[in-house]
This record gives sequence, C-alpha cells and structure tokens, in this order.
Amino acid sequence: MSFPLLTATAALPAIGAVATAAVPAARRTAAKWLALGVSLGTLALAITVLVRFDPDGARYQLTESHAWIKDFGVRYELGVDGIAVALLALTAVLIPFVILAGWHDADPLETGSRRWRPTQGFFALILAVEAMVIISFEATDVFLFYIFFEAMLIPMYFLIGGFGDRAHEHGEEAASTQRSYAAVKFLLYNLVGGLIMLAAVIGVYVVAGNFSLTEIAQARANGSLHMATNTERWLFLGFFFAFAVKAPLWPLHTWLPNAMQEATAPVAVLITAVVDKVGTFAMLRFCLQLFPEASKWATPVILVLALISIVYGALLAVGQRDIKRLVAYASISHFGFIIMGIFAMTSQGQSGATLYMVNHGISTAALMLVAGFLISRRGSRLIADYGGVQKVAPVLAGTFLIGGLATLSLPGLAPFVSEFLVLVGTFARYPAIGIIATFGIVLAALYTLVLYQRTMTGPVKPEVSAMPDLRARELVVVAPLIVLLIVLGVYPKPVTDIVNPAVKQTMSDVHKTDPKPSVEAAK
Amino acid sequence: MENLIALLIAAPLLGAAVLLVGGRRLDAVGQWIGTLLSAASFVFGLILFADLLGKNAEHRTLTQHLWTWISVGSFQADVTFRLDQLSMTFVLLITGVGSLIHLYSVGYMEHDERRRRFFGYLNLFLAAMLLLVLADNYLLLYVGWEGVGLASYLLIGFWQHKPSAATAAKKAFLVNRVGDMGLSIAIMLMFTTFGSFAFGPVFSHAGDASEGKLTAIGLMLLLAACGKSAQVPLQSWLGDAMEGPTPVSALIHAATMVTAGVYLIVRSAAIFNLAPDAQLAVTVVGAVTLLFGAIVGCAKDDIKKALAGSTMSQIGYMILAAGLGPIGYVFAIMHLVTHGFFKAGLFLGAGSVMHGMNDEVDMRRYGGLRKYMPVTFITFGLGYLAIIGFPFLSGFFSKDAIIEAAFAKGGTQGWILGGAALLGAAITAFYMTRVMLMTFFGEKRWQPDENGNEPHPHESPKVMTIPMVLLAFGSVFAGGLFSIGDRFLNWLEPVTGHSEGHSPISAATVTGATMVCLVIGVGIAWAQYGRKPVPAVAPRGSLLTRAARRDLLQDDFNHVVLVRGGEHLTRSLVYVDHTLVDGVVNGTAAGFGGLSGRLRRVQNGFARSYAVSMFGGAALLVAATLLMRAV
Repeated sequence: MSFPLLTATAALPAIGAVATAAVPAARRTAAKWLALGVSLGTLALAITVLVRFDPDGARYQLTESHAWIKDFGVRYELGVDGIAVALLALTAVLIPFVILAGWHDADPLETGSRRWRPTQGFFALILAVEAMVIISFEATDVFLFYIFFEAMLIPMYFLIGGFGDRAHEHGEEAASTQRSYAAVKFLLYNLVGGLIMLAAVIGVYVVAGNFSLTEIAQARANGSLHMATNTERWLFLGFFFAFAVKAPLWPLHTWLPNAMQEATAPVAVLITAVVDKVGTFAMLRFCLQLFPEASKWATPVILVLALISIVYGALLAVGQRDIKRLVAYASISHFGFIIMGIFAMTSQGQSGATLYMVNHGISTAALMLVAGFLISRRGSRLIADYGGVQKVAPVLAGTFLIGGLATLSLPGLAPFVSEFLVLVGTFARYPAIGIIATFGIVLAALYTLVLYQRTMTGPVKPEVSAMPDLRARELVVVAPLIVLLIVLGVYPKPVTDIVNPAVKQTMSDVHKTDPKPSVEAAK
Repeated sequence: MENLIALLIAAPLLGAAVLLVGGRRLDAVGQWIGTLLSAASFVFGLILFADLLGKNAEHRTLTQHLWTWISVGSFQADVTFRLDQLSMTFVLLITGVGSLIHLYSVGYMEHDERRRRFFGYLNLFLAAMLLLVLADNYLLLYVGWEGVGLASYLLIGFWQHKPSAATAAKKAFLVNRVGDMGLSIAIMLMFTTFGSFAFGPVFSHAGDASEGKLTAIGLMLLLAACGKSAQVPLQSWLGDAMEGPTPVSALIHAATMVTAGVYLIVRSAAIFNLAPDAQLAVTVVGAVTLLFGAIVGCAKDDIKKALAGSTMSQIGYMILAAGLGPIGYVFAIMHLVTHGFFKAGLFLGAGSVMHGMNDEVDMRRYGGLRKYMPVTFITFGLGYLAIIGFPFLSGFFSKDAIIEAAFAKGGTQGWILGGAALLGAAITAFYMTRVMLMTFFGEKRWQPDENGNEPHPHESPKVMTIPMVLLAFGSVFAGGLFSIGDRFLNWLEPVTGHSEGHSPISAATVTGATMVCLVIGVGIAWAQYGRKPVPAVAPRGSLLTRAARRDLLQDDFNHVVLVRGGEHLTRSLVYVDHTLVDGVVNGTAAGFGGLSGRLRRVQNGFARSYAVSMFGGAALLVAATLLMRAV
C-alpha cells in the first residue's frame, strides 16, 4: 500500500492542533513556533500533492478508500481533482501567513484584565480548521464530506467568539457581547444550512443506496441510477442551500459582515479566504455532479441571486464606515462572481470561478491582513479615525494599496484574470447578466479607492502621527502574498493547467458545451 | 531584431521596480536611473525604427511572442507584441517626449523629498503606455490601458497630503473605470463574435460579422476612448488631474496617455470601417468635445486648467478625424504627434513659469513675464503659434488636414463637422492668445503668496530649458517635415489605409477660412486682454463664462445625480441590509431554530446550549435514519 498522502495532509495539522493545545501554558512562544512549523509541514505535503498530481491523468487521483460504517455504505474515501488540488494548495499556502499575522493576537492581556487569552488554543483551533477544510476538499464520500463540513463550525465558532481586536471603541465588555453575537449568528446560520443539507444527504442515501460521489455520479451518467425530477430538485436545493449560506450568497449573507468585523483580521481571513471556499467548491463538486439536471433547472434563479450579490455587496461596501465590514461586503460581491461563474456553465466561467477562489483568497488575505496591522496600531476599525497614514507609514500604505488594487481586479494582478474569465464565460451564454455584472468593476474601484483615500491620504491625523511602519514579521506576511498576486496575474498557466481538465469533466457531467462564436456558427 | 521589442518595455519596467522597491539608498541617484532607462528605451526605439525603414513598406510588421498568458477552452490570450508603423510612431513619441520630460523633472522635482518615487511612477507609466501600443491583442492592450490609468492615479495624487490631489486622483480612476467597462464589453463581444480578440483574427474576419455586432463593438470601444481621452461625456476628470506635478500633466495628460483613445479607434479601423453608425458617433463625440474643451479653456484663469481644456479640445479634433474613417486616420495620428510636441512644450513652459513664480497658477497674477524668462517665453510662444495653426508651423499642417477631411465627409454631416472644426480653430486662437497675453505681456500683477513671499520670477535651469527648446523645434518643424512629400501619409497608409473623400470646397478655401478664423480669434483676444489691462480679480462674467469656469456644469450634474444619488442609495441599502434582509432571514429561520429570538438572548448564554442541542439533534437524526435503514 502506498503512502496515504491525502490523509497525511489533513492528519498533520490535526495532530499539530492537539500537540499545540498540549503545550504548557507558560511556553506560549513554543506553541506559536510549533503551529507555524506544522502549517509549513502541511504546505510541504500540499506541494507534494501538487507535484504528484497529473493534470491529464484520471479524474480523481491519489485516491484512498476504506470501509468505515459498513452497514450504511459510508466509506472513508479521498481523492482530488484539479479543482480540489488548487484549493488545497491555497489553504496550505494561506495558513502559515494567518498564523504569522496573528502572532500576538492571542497573547495574554496586561495584568488587571479579566480576560485570559489562551494562546495555545488560538493556534490549535486554526490548525484544526485547516485539517477539516483540507479533508472537505479531499472527501469523495458525501457523508464524510458532510461531517467535516459541519464539524469545522466548532473551531470557527470559538475563534470568532473567543478572540477579538485588542481595542474597541465601546470597551471590552461591549466587545465581548458583540463577539458572542457574531459567533452565535455564524453558528446558527451555518447549522440551519447544515441541517437542511443533512436531510438531503440522507435523501441521497435513500435514493442511491450509498454515499460515494464517484459511484453515484457514474451511475447517473450511464443512466443506471434514475432520479425523479422532483426528487432531484429537492435534493439539489438541500445541498445548495447549505453551500449558499457558507459561500455566502445574497440574501443569506448577513452573518459574514458580523463575523469578519468581530473576529481578528487573521481569523477573518480564515473565514472568507478559506472556510467559505468550501461552499463554492462544494457547489462545483456536489451540486453539479450529483444533480446535473436540477442544477440546470435552478441556473436562472441562482444567476440572478449571484448578480444581486455582486452589485448589492459592492454598494454596501461603499456605504460602510468600518474597515473590516467593508472588506466583508466586498467579499460578498466577489462570491457573487464565483457563483455566477460556476452556474454560467461554460469552461471560461467555471475555470474562472475556480481561479477566482484562489485569487480572492490571496488578495483578500493581503488586504485584510494589512488592514489588521493598521487596526492594531490605532485601536480602531472606523475609517474616519484614520487619515494621512501614507505620510508616516509609506510601506504599510503601499501594501494596502496593492491589496486594494488586487481587490478591484487591476489587470496585471491575479484577480483580473479570474474576474475577466468569469465575465466572459457568463457573457457568452447570458449577455445581459454579463453586462450588468461589469458594473461591479466600477463599484469595486469606488469602495477600494474611497477606503484608501480616507485612511491613507490627506493631512496626517494627530492620532496616527506616531504610527510605526510595517515590522519585519509583518513584511514577511505581506510580501510573499503580493509576489503571488503579481506572478499569478502575469502567468496563471500553472493553475489553469491543473484546473482546466477538471472543469472539462464537470462540463460533461452537466452535458454542456461552450457556445460557438457567432461568425463560426453562421458558416 | 524583434527580440528588441520586449526590451522597449523591460527597460522602464525595470526602472520602476528598482526605484519603488529599492528604498532610501537610491534617493540620491533615483532620478538619473529613471531618466537613463527611459532614454535606453528611446534608443531601442530608434534602432527598431531604422530597421523598419530599411524594409519594404508592406513588410514593416514585427511580432514577438513571449508566452501564453491565459488559456481556457477556446479563450486564448498571449503575451505577444506587434510593432508596425502605427505602434512605431507611438513608441518614438512616448519614449522621445517621455525622456525629455524625465530630464525636465530632474530640475522640476529637485527639492521634493519623494523624488525617487516620482521617477519610479514615471517609469511605470512609460512601461504601461508602451505595452498599450505594442500589444497584439485587446486583452493585453487592456493591461497597458489600466496600467497607464494606475500610473496616472499615482501621479495625479502624488502630493497625497493635499486632499484635493487625492480626490482628483480617485476621480480620474473612477471615470476611467466607466470607460474600462466599455473596453471589457467590447472584448467580450469580440470573443463571442470571432472566438478571439487578437488583432489578426478580429480584423481579418470583421467582414463576416453582422453590422449590428460591429456597431456594438465600435460603440463600446468609443466608450473606452471617451474615458481615457477625456471626451464628452467622460471628460470631467482631466481638469482636476492638473493637481499632479506639471511634468505629469505634460507627459500623461497632454502628450501621450490621453491620446490612447485615438490609438484605440485608429487601431480598430477594420471594425469601424464596417460600422458607419459607430463612426458617426465617434465624429459627434469628437466635434462636441473640441468645442466643449475650447469653451472651457476660454474661461479658466488657472494656466494649467486652461491648457487642459485645450488638450481636451485638440483630442476632440483627433477623435473627429478618427471617426471620419480612412479619410482621417492618418491625420488623426499626425495631429496626435504634433500636438504631443507643442502641448508638452506648452505644459513644460507653464511649469517653468510656476517654478519661477512660487508655484502660482493664476494667470491674473502673472503678466509681463517675457522680460524675466526669455527662453520660456520664446519656446512657449512657438508652441502657442503651432497650436493656433500659424502658417507653416506644425499645427498648421495637421489641423488643416483634419478640417479638410471633415468637409470631405460630404453631405450635411460634412458641413456640420467641418463647421465645428473651423469654429474650434477660432476659439483656439482666442483662448491661447489669452493665455499668452495674460502670462507674458502687459503689466506685472504679482502678489505675495500666503506666507508673504514676494515672487522673484527667474529663468529655469538648463536641465529644464533644454527639453523645452527641443520640443519647440518639434513644434515648429514636425508638421512640415511630415507633410512635405506626404511622408507621414506614405508611412502610415499600409496600416490605416487612406482615401481622399470628396470635399465640396477646395483645399485652398479651407485653408483660407482657417486663416480668417485664426485672425478673428487672435483679434478678439487682443481687444480684450492686450489693449486693456487685465483685472487682477476675475470679473463676474456672462452666464456662459460662469458656466465654463465650472466646466460647463458637468461636475455639478455629476454631484447631484451620481454622488448624492449614490450616497442616498448606499445609505438606504445599508439600512435595508441591517433591518430588512437580516431581519427577514432571521425571522424565517425562527421557524427552524428560533434564530432571532435566540440571538436576542445571546448574553444569557442560552445560545450556546441551543447550538449544542442542535448539534445533538443532528447527530440523533443521523443515527435514527441509519438505524432505520439497517433494520
């Protein structure tokens, strides 16, 4: 038996989480280094997966399969296609930066404070989330996927509720209340989604007799497993609802701004750049493969909801006064693009959507982490409390601008490639929707540049006049992300080469081919 | 030889990277690194130019493929460069004028503590602008298109601590983004129509597409051009862009970037030639803008804003010519090049005046400066004569050709467009004479600035005057050099095509009429600003004057409709999201788990137990179902 590489990528951070939690209370720094080491080890394993993966090989590779709950056909089945590999790599790349950026976020407060910040717990929880996200990307058994899709709520709940920004305009008491509210809202929204999905998961088992994604998809493709139209649609909705909460899609999005606002910046990155991606990923993998006909049936409504997300999220971002809430609404707009790309049912749309997930992860991480550094210096999330920062901290301002330019999809940076692919892929089938979505690029420039102008330019506010520029640790976090944004903007081929064959498969699952150019079609 | 094309871009790009990442170590030498790399690019351009000249006219196209950029299904975008007569012309203009302005900036920015960064941005601009004109497909062109927009944003807002500069920079970027929507949609249309957006396939298959599609593509390209080239209705950003340092105004907002819209239309000739409705729209935009900009230019007392109005107006001429189709393409580009010389020269002259006048920009506080700054006066004066179309200077040849071409369109349209172009010539003569008289002639009207410093006007250092002198040479001789023997026409024709049209009036009549307009314009300006002393405080003025001072109320319109309307919209949406969407979703969820009620009781710690119970419930449900199945 070969080495279970996929299991190892999830097991390492899982074991690391336990080990980090077990570090004695006094050895805080050791716990941090341990967590960082584990996340780097996981990155090394993910790179091994990337290298071993053959884009032109079988659909699912590095597969592992073991009987688990024999009586109910639940199997421990793992395997990755190109889409999963890309997201696995994204997760493994981002976690070390999340850990490094949050280096001091869970240090104990000064003496006299009631609250004790368990440093070990903070880093252990991050690693636990990483392990669960990774296994969600790898699971090809519906039940196995479901368990971890739900289980990751627990560590996320504690990360949001337990660790907030150091300073708060209304004092620690109010902050704690708001944090709890955000954490519970996050939990309940996602639990409701999960419960509905659970019913659908059971429904799939009732209809198909097992939980294996590959078997069911194959049976559906060759016609040996028939689903009544209505059954398929109900099951599809059950899955989709849970993923739409997680993604999040309008109007199920309101938990995200609360959660991202209250969580520390690295945890906010964990939510939007990593955990939420499981939702959009699962739409591609489970909704389209298990329920191809229902997916096509629901497409018009989903596209309209996605379009609303794009415009609505961007408009709301323009109206925010809180830096982190602004980034949250921008993310809602971007998730609209991702979902639109998936359901446009073109290869450009779906490859673009997958690439978008990766690029959005990197660009939001860059912007949000720098925002976090900024907030930690001044002790306020309010945009109005800043002004003229570029004069005192030019490097911080410069990196913030680059993160912002990536968020507005400036050509030359990675997000442009994915956004344009999604737009063109949607436009090819639904011109009107594609054109309206294009307004998103103007709105993105508006909220990004207004944010930059209000915080970084103008006369230096007295409160920021002594603000130090980025420190070495912070530069180590930001610089590689910026390099990635530039490299993937100029040369995205390594990612698209991996993703394209997988998307081709998905396209054939739903029996769709790209529309022909009108000049050719006329001939 | 084609391998040299990438170096054209690589040199300034390297400069930008080194200067922006290099840190304080390079503060002392940064300006020379930037200038040298810009000059290197110009030298590469000259070598390539010599190479093209040595070839047969039909074989003057070089391409260089670097790598596949994006490839998904049939969507193929390559990093491929194309150097032909059209892009060669731009390369020489961009790197030539660009290098001169780098040199000028060495003097102009001497005392700015962030000088290294300034030169980094300038180099970034050069690289992006070269990418724009060398790209072999529209998506790569888009990268350059937004790249110059970014450089423009950074340079307009270079003095970011001034709120007005930061606002102007943001405004320029945003208005340009509206134009970018046009470019995005045009590229998407090309992809769905032709299956490609590379120049070769699109141009060769243009004939197979329906006229409706081509018109749509043309109109979207026009929208893009309006944004970048500050044409009505997306012109509002250019005046504010004068917040940037003056060398930036000369290079980006006069000579090169703002002419990118003209390049886009001329480059897309194959599409526009088959879409007459789109062409008509282009000519209308050009004619309206050439009058709009000229009127605004008449009313401004800020020397840079007067010149900005003039730029808008002159680009209007180019857009008009480009809309005329093969009758006008060559002259659009010829005017673009001559304008690049004289307008860059005029801006550098304005910068030189400001340099000697404590950065004063109000022409009502100038006057009589010819005695104090002779070189600036002479070079500025030659630029002035060129732009108003004084016989045998550069502007005379290129503008005259456009006016003739407008008449040659024929029919009522020809008369209207030609008439507008003639009227524009008269107004140009008026406002430029006004600038000239208010700045260099009459009594001195200087006042101490707010710190009480009396200005001591003086000539600028050599490093600034030498570029001005060289540009003045271009302003005087370029037009004649291009026109004698139809050199410029023969050079560009293989790319753009050319046809003569049928003018209802003879070329001599047009030239005569242009001269009459010139004399009238200069005469009125002389009567108003030459014979009488210029009041140091602007008179109230007529309704039109007051409107023109406010950019013909364009910003007021934008403010009421877009800014205020937008603010109301976002504010109400924030409210709706908070109360309605959140409330309704929570309320609906109440049926499932009593979400909203629980949320309100969070503080009591109930929620946690509910969460636990929901998890427990889920687990039970699974167990029960599986058990039933097993039984």
